Amino acid sequence: MKISISVNGDKQTHDVEPRTLLVQFLREQANLTGTKVGCDTSSCGACTVLVDGESAKSCTMFAAQADGSAVTTIEGLMTDGKFNRVQQSFQDEHGLQCGFCTAGMVMAAVSLLEEIPNPTESDVRIGLEGNLCRCTGYHNIVKAVMAAARVK
Amino acid sequence: MIPASFEYIRVDSTEQVIAGLAEYGDEAKILAGGMSLIPLMKLRLATPTVLLDAGRLDDLSYISDKGDYLALGALTRHRDLETSDLLAKECAVLRGVAAEVGDNQVRHRGTIGGSVAHGDPASDLPAVLVALEAEFVVEGPSGSRTLASANFFKGFLETELSETEMLTEIRVPKTGATNWSYHKFNRRAQDWAIVGALAFRAQDSSRVALVNMGSVPIRATAVEQALASGASHAEAADQAAVGTEAPEDSNASSAYREHLSRVLVKRALDEALV
Repeated sequence: MKISISVNGDKQTHDVEPRTLLVQFLREQANLTGTKVGCDTSSCGACTVLVDGESAKSCTMFAAQADGSAVTTIEGLMTDGKFNRVQQSFQDEHGLQCGFCTAGMVMAAVSLLEEIPNPTESDVRIGLEGNLCRCTGYHNIVKAVMAAARVK
Repeated sequence: MIPASFEYIRVDSTEQVIAGLAEYGDEAKILAGGMSLIPLMKLRLATPTVLLDAGRLDDLSYISDKGDYLALGALTRHRDLETSDLLAKECAVLRGVAAEVGDNQVRHRGTIGGSVAHGDPASDLPAVLVALEAEFVVEGPSGSRTLASANFFKGFLETELSETEMLTEIRVPKTGATNWSYHKFNRRAQDWAIVGALAFRAQDSSRVALVNMGSVPIRATAVEQALASGASHAEAADQAAVGTEAPEDSNASSAYREHLSRVLVKRALDEALV
């Protein structure tokens, strides 16, 4: 079946099998490999992207479900070669170690800050419960999201 | 993990869903948010050959005040429940427990109807709906029928829904409950409840429900009866596991679940019934 998804503002039209997962579409058809497959069971959040502005786990969604939607991946956050405030805060606060969870963490944080612009630390910790960091670097991740929230 | 092949049909109306179910029978599954079905398909525990994607039936996404009860469209997302002003006013317990389902990403896509129709005893919302004495409206080839939540759940992932029927609306009687407490015990923040315990005071009675203490979501009737006859919270909570058939799995033995149910019910009672 033929589907069209606006990925980072770029219309991507591809022939897919119905069983194609959104994350496969992004990585293999759209060639955007910033989005990672971690657990592949919707537990770890490494595959988090924005679907019509809200965070979703792209390993637990068929690409066909996003037909006609706007998807934002980690590659779509920069403007004019500059990091978005969440990306910049992750760098400033050392919010990553191995980096595997980072794309998903950042996308989940972008969605969280849309919903809760001025979060408490507890809001951030609960808001990121769907994302696992196996380096266990949560402390700096939370610091980074709190720092990003202060950038207006 | 890639699911087995299937035919994908996007439906634009409830009638199309019913027609699709009539045509394909048990070969077909309705796809709502997909938060339960897609993981099962990836593990190939579910292998429908036809998926009827109802995800865009926006007319089944609503929370409305009907006087005595609230009507919730089956495709209302958890996110919409947890941010609903109407629920904050009329059914805070449902709003609050919806915020405990999975994680943000799951709640952005998962629906109340999907959760109910899936019939997993470890799900949070079915237990709340049983305790609220909700009713479920289902549509089928010969029209619609309304089922009591108390009789809806039949067994693990089994409900009263026939293979040609679709759940379209959840009706929640207004109970006047403002104080409530839900204790969900799990290993990772986003996990399913190993055991969950819910308590709230309705106008006429104290209601207590248990998650993952049997093959279906259940009311803790022994606890409710003890409370009605004047037992203390501790005495009532001691009855939490009475009549349950707690499952045994890699997370917990039945005996440990029984212990958890008593502890969590006590905590829920202390918070909700003040």
